[in-house]
Amino acid sequence: MKNSKYLPLLATFVVFVLAYVICISVFPNMLSTRVAGNLLTDNAFLGITAVGMTFVILSGGIDLSVGSVIAFTGVFLSVILRDTSIHPLAAFVLVLALTTAFGAAMGGIIFFLDMPPFIVTLAGMFLARGISYLLTTESVPITHPFYSTLQDLYIRMPGGGRLTLIAMIMVAVFAFGIILAQRTRFGTYVYALGGNLTSAQLMGVPVAKTTIGIYALSGFLAGLSGIVFSLYTSAGYSLAAVGVELDAIAAVVIGGTLLTGGYGFVAGTFLGICIQGLIQTYIVFDGTLSSWWTKIVIGLLLFGFIALQRGLMWMSERSSRNMRHASASGAQPTSA
Amino acid sequence: MANAQPLLSVRGVSKAFLGVSALENVDFTLKAGEVHALLGENGAGKSTLIKIITGAYRRDEGEVLLDGTPIYPRDVVDAQKLGIGTVYQEVNLLTNLTVAENLFLGRQPKRFGLTDVREMNRRSRAILDTYGLSIDVTAPLANFSVAIQQVVAIARAVDISGKVLVLDEPTASLDAHEVEMLFAVVRQLRERGMGIIFISHFLDQVYEIADTITVLRNGRLIDTVPVAGLDRLKLVSMMLGRQLEADFKRTIDPNTAKAEPLVSLRGLGKRGNIDPLDLDIRQGEVVGIAGLLGSGRTETAQLVFGIERADSGTISVAGTPVNMSSPRRAISQGFAFCPEDRKTDGIVGDLSVRENIIFALQAQRGWMRPLSRSEQEALADRYIAALDIRTSDREKPIKFLSGGNQQKVLLARWLATNPRFLILDEPTRGIDVGAHAEIIRLIVDLCERGMALLVISSELGELVGYSSRIIVLRDRKMVSELTGDEISTEHIMKAIASHGATGEAA
Repeated sequence: MKNSKYLPLLATFVVFVLAYVICISVFPNMLSTRVAGNLLTDNAFLGITAVGMTFVILSGGIDLSVGSVIAFTGVFLSVILRDTSIHPLAAFVLVLALTTAFGAAMGGIIFFLDMPPFIVTLAGMFLARGISYLLTTESVPITHPFYSTLQDLYIRMPGGGRLTLIAMIMVAVFAFGIILAQRTRFGTYVYALGGNLTSAQLMGVPVAKTTIGIYALSGFLAGLSGIVFSLYTSAGYSLAAVGVELDAIAAVVIGGTLLTGGYGFVAGTFLGICIQGLIQTYIVFDGTLSSWWTKIVIGLLLFGFIALQRGLMWMSERSSRNMRHASASGAQPTSA
Repeated sequence: MANAQPLLSVRGVSKAFLGVSALENVDFTLKAGEVHALLGENGAGKSTLIKIITGAYRRDEGEVLLDGTPIYPRDVVDAQKLGIGTVYQEVNLLTNLTVAENLFLGRQPKRFGLTDVREMNRRSRAILDTYGLSIDVTAPLANFSVAIQQVVAIARAVDISGKVLVLDEPTASLDAHEVEMLFAVVRQLRERGMGIIFISHFLDQVYEIADTITVLRNGRLIDTVPVAGLDRLKLVSMMLGRQLEADFKRTIDPNTAKAEPLVSLRGLGKRGNIDPLDLDIRQGEVVGIAGLLGSGRTETAQLVFGIERADSGTISVAGTPVNMSSPRRAISQGFAFCPEDRKTDGIVGDLSVRENIIFALQAQRGWMRPLSRSEQEALADRYIAALDIRTSDREKPIKFLSGGNQQKVLLARWLATNPRFLILDEPTRGIDVGAHAEIIRLIVDLCERGMALLVISSELGELVGYSSRIIVLRDRKMVSELTGDEISTEHIMKAIASHGATGEAA
């Protein structure tokens, strides 16, 4: 039997391959590990937070706070490394604990007060951004030597490309996300929540724990993404990462995850990130195009994928109607 | 079977909501290896009793014993662990997950801390094999028919709970073939020694599958009797608390059948909704539509009223073809339509009775010609009196009225537009017995005054009572048209049940 749930993922993959083929045919230089390495490095922070966003959206929710949390993480790190002598690693642990707790708190409010995630995480977005301003309104450079050490870590790939530390972190986060979604109870619970909340409850899914867990995960990954972003920019700035939550949502949807929850794959989000990165790279190679073309192409792609999802749902509704009788008689019970 | 202690025993259970008693001192006993049907009309207390047994409600008084031990389930999940599983009419599984994940959600086998998908699929196949179901357990549940989902739900409930299985109207949306398949599963479970509580509105099915029947009415236990030898009429009178008015039939003026049809449908249909059908409705005629849920009854009404657009066929009104493209068109032809779900499609809860009544008339006149306040009040008062709408005040928000009175307000709304042709979808659903009779009287009355009516109802006895003709739908097809002496519950049931061979071999 053909499994229609893989179709959006397949469509994303086809789009990615097509986009890559077009890019290479225009700029043959784009077929190199150097470009691939840079693409991963440039999009590492977005990819990491998009994994968290995938879980949130799979469960039927949304997390608008991640951009602000990334900025907060950067500002927090830069200020704490400037003003104290704490080792960056300790600062990382501290900030991850903070952002995870922040996400868990939002998840708790969403579940216990029965509030729409949109509103709760919108409040979280303002809150995190506001606290960043409170810490500093300036761009604070991070000059700690440990940062330089981390930034210089990379694996040289054949062809001269560099797989930097932050790119490796992103790839690891994706691998972790895929296993979490597909191979753990928590992952199945996330799909269950997105499928049908009432049914999930009746079937004994721990809805409170799962909801809090999902937003805590998103908070944790936003924090990790903030650390990566600070490594990438060597600074913390309260105005940074504005709108990143929307880029992450776009990557998730382009990756074939249904915005209403229940259907989708973490691997799809990776392809979504790669497609976004590819468009940016193309614009850089071209040199004459405005970078706003990225937004235009992303916008068009989003429209395309939403239309595709609608069409697929419509088709599967029709085919399941046609299948009713076929499957009903195809599986007759043997007499007891 | 040894008559040892019963599997499940409910003794003297009572439950009240805000001082209103829903269940009073009810006893119920379920033996192992028994299919026990729980019957009663709306408001009889069936669902309250079930919810107490399955842990959704807590009882106020009395006790529930499982295997002789008192139980106090905290919630549905707790009851499941104690051994009481429930399968609802609307299958409560997750259609976006695979069959195997549905069976094992919350108790997936693990290996090295991760879900062992292969083991889970293997065990799922083994479980479903015992039900004679060999389907792809790795496919999403949504790929399968409701009947198969139902069996998966039962398999899950039995696998987790294993003592008592509650089937709450499991057959409501299944066709006859699928019902057979489900019943084979139920019989098998009975032989395994499970106790099964079966709730259904279909008496035929109760007679087919149940061993024992318990009837509730108005929150009280009426009786528990074995099915064998139980007279059907007696059962219905137990449920209704009065003699069945099965003999009541409106006398029909033979001349109406010869008149020119007011509304005639020719080959009207829409793919996936209802197959093309022909139908004439004359003035002074009630045409009944019978059929199970999902047979295309409501869809037919929606086509006639222009809510859905037909993709084949024509509608003529008084001999002139009309393009029924929207409800507005239908209304301008003198059509009116009271939908099935009055809460979502009909009443505007926060508006007053008066405002709800003048709605359709005002819409018909257009917003440029508002009805004056005094006209509105006169109109509202007239219908409140004419239909005996029980409200303290015409300005009372309609949401505070009882279901029957809300239904009358909806009727009043459409009657105010002075329609030629009135479509009623389940006009008596969920209203009390008194209002029920009044609505029926009103239908007969309107008809005798020359209106043409199309009435959809699940209550076959009622339909038989007032219809001049009845069409029977099944699987989105018109399968029979009953006239004159053919109009009887038995014939309708036969028409619904016949034409059995739908499931072609896959």
